Amino acid sequence: MANMSPKKNEMPVQAPDVRNKNFSEVALGYTEQQAIDEAKRCLSCKNKPCVSGCPVQINIPEFIAKVAEGDFKSAYEIIYRSSSLPAVCGRVCPQERQCESKCVRGIKGEPVAIGRLERFVADWHIKNSDEISKEPLNPEGKRVAVIGSGPSGLTCAGDLAKLGYNVTVFEALHVAGGVLVYGIPEFRLPKDIVKREIENLKKLGVKIITNAVIGKTLTVDELFEDGYEAVFIGSGAGLPRFMNIPGENLNGVYSANEFLTRTNLMKAYKEDSQTPIMKAKKVAVVGGGNVAMDAARCAMRLGADETYIVYRRSMDEMPARREEVEHAEEEGIVFLTLNNPVEIIGDENNFVAGMKCIKMELGEPDESGRRSPIEVQGSEYVLDVDAVIMSIGTSPNPLIRSTTEGLETDRRGCIITVDESGRTTKEGVYAGGDAVTGAATVILAMGAGKSAAKAIDEYLKSK
Amino acid sequence: MFRITRKESLNPTVTLMEVDAPLVARKAQAGQFIILRVDEDGERIPLTIADYDRELGTITIIFQVVGATTEKLNHLNEGEYICDFAGPLGKASEVTGFKKVAVIGGGVGCAIAYPTAKALKTNGAEVHSIVGFRNRDLVILEQEFKKVSDKLVIMTDDGSYGEKGLVTDALKALVESGEKYDEVIAIGPLVMMKFVSLLTKELGIKTVVSMNPIMIDGTGMCGGCRLTVGGEMKFACVDGPDFDGHLVDFDEAIRRSSIYRETERKTHEDTCNLFKGGAV
Repeated sequence: MANMSPKKNEMPVQAPDVRNKNFSEVALGYTEQQAIDEAKRCLSCKNKPCVSGCPVQINIPEFIAKVAEGDFKSAYEIIYRSSSLPAVCGRVCPQERQCESKCVRGIKGEPVAIGRLERFVADWHIKNSDEISKEPLNPEGKRVAVIGSGPSGLTCAGDLAKLGYNVTVFEALHVAGGVLVYGIPEFRLPKDIVKREIENLKKLGVKIITNAVIGKTLTVDELFEDGYEAVFIGSGAGLPRFMNIPGENLNGVYSANEFLTRTNLMKAYKEDSQTPIMKAKKVAVVGGGNVAMDAARCAMRLGADETYIVYRRSMDEMPARREEVEHAEEEGIVFLTLNNPVEIIGDENNFVAGMKCIKMELGEPDESGRRSPIEVQGSEYVLDVDAVIMSIGTSPNPLIRSTTEGLETDRRGCIITVDESGRTTKEGVYAGGDAVTGAATVILAMGAGKSAAKAIDEYLKSK
Repeated sequence: MFRITRKESLNPTVTLMEVDAPLVARKAQAGQFIILRVDEDGERIPLTIADYDRELGTITIIFQVVGATTEKLNHLNEGEYICDFAGPLGKASEVTGFKKVAVIGGGVGCAIAYPTAKALKTNGAEVHSIVGFRNRDLVILEQEFKKVSDKLVIMTDDGSYGEKGLVTDALKALVESGEKYDEVIAIGPLVMMKFVSLLTKELGIKTVVSMNPIMIDGTGMCGGCRLTVGGEMKFACVDGPDFDGHLVDFDEAIRRSSIYRETERKTHEDTCNLFKGGAV
């Protein structure tokens, strides 16, 4: 019997004034009963519009039907066929723009909470099942090198391993996971979850080599010389952008990457961590994406009394996932929309003492389709802050493109792919994720890793 | 895990280690650096490659004990392991096409100046090395420099060894005596590199400095190592670490290097206390 409630089952969360002081996960997850109840809201539409909104095409109605029956194990198996990282996606996908945006229930009321159900199933599996898919490692399989252990690399590696390839992932940092470990904070994506997903890949036979900076320690051409027959580049977009305004090199101005890396990867929030971080009292985060929300919420948890999001457009144009914006607001972060920094002001010791901003208004739509922000003349004022975090985007790192002959990139430094599958201009080399698109989302990167795995399989079979 | 194959104390606060890291050794060149993490909870720190042996697959690092991480590193012995060791990072120094070069090293910076002097010599340049220390007890790598230098001047602040004075005094004297250098390479404390650059600008000699700012990943990701060079923002890890000394904003770099001084002092003290208590 379908559940005809127009509303999603609420997600249990830590109370805002409690969670803004700790790094434990904000969302607590559905109970079995809540999950079954929510699953019964699904109408099992024949044409499955939700699946068309999923970059990795999970058979959503099929897994939800299993949840409704209480058969969580089968539900997991259905998801795992399409996604190597379900516990991650259930937490970080912008479902409101993907699967849930296509849900028929969303026409009159709220869509089925597909993301929350995916998360429930993945977490249930972690808690209740030790068995992993039994696809054996194939030591005779052709060797494929995957550069970068973020979402695209892990997905590509997982899919290739499932197809019987002998896959090695090369990671520049000391731990695997890419943005899942250095960028997305513990309270949004617990690192134990990421670790579990990576352990599952290792059980499939995927080898992971850390501290290997491709472009420096080894080049792409050397990987081929070493016997790899295809290479997937999923090195992300790691190079932070700055605004080029005066005062950006003052002490207390961070790139979001640095602030988040210190906090998450290097665990600066823990008392016993040796990595220092400024525990500022008034923090401005410049930007309106998910990374800006993560940085602001970390700053708050590190003890800031006031944290601002300074964004040059309005709430409607903000690219962050809706849930993150809502959570940030609940936690007390102040949104200064239609504001743009023009200068960062320093004290006599060159630490940040304030940020001069100008008010903005919206004009005609620009090439992105969003209304472009225009400065309101004479509206400058100084925001009283002692730290500034720049979260205005990243571009791909030059290390690989500058050392790989025949690999073409565009003017932004993004790797050019010649077709949808991620094939690059260099034979046997495929690429996907932020290294190709510039900064985007985890799930789009996973989708790209998936298409590339398929294309690599076809390429190696035809070779 | 990366095994320490040799450890030698060069002076009371400066230690040399050879580390088994064949992939890094295969590629390493003078001027490049590595990032290491001593143990699971440790921070990532950059250290410049002091030497390498491609056949043995080892990298030599030389470090001064200045904070918690170098303190912990210094407590490791031969046969023990460093948790993480990634590289070689950064661009290699330019060492070809020079006729006569002055290589200036200050303090532990000599550890970085040495491989550059050696590479210049191997590539056919006449190398004049000027190395400066606070006093006699702190002198390091004298024999090594002797081997790769056509002329070696040792300076100490107090005159307890070599000549009394600053490295800039020695450089000025050499130039005044008629030496003509295609290039000066200065590696050492920021203040030293700043004053060498000011002098050589006056003298009209091209100057390269090796910057060693605070960094985390060493691959261009954090932007913590940013510097202003010729009015533009540069990342020391991917654009450097070598830069034109006449274009670097040293005052800004000096201010940026002090951002965590207070926390670092405290963490270092805590670490020392741990070692004293025998808890580690």
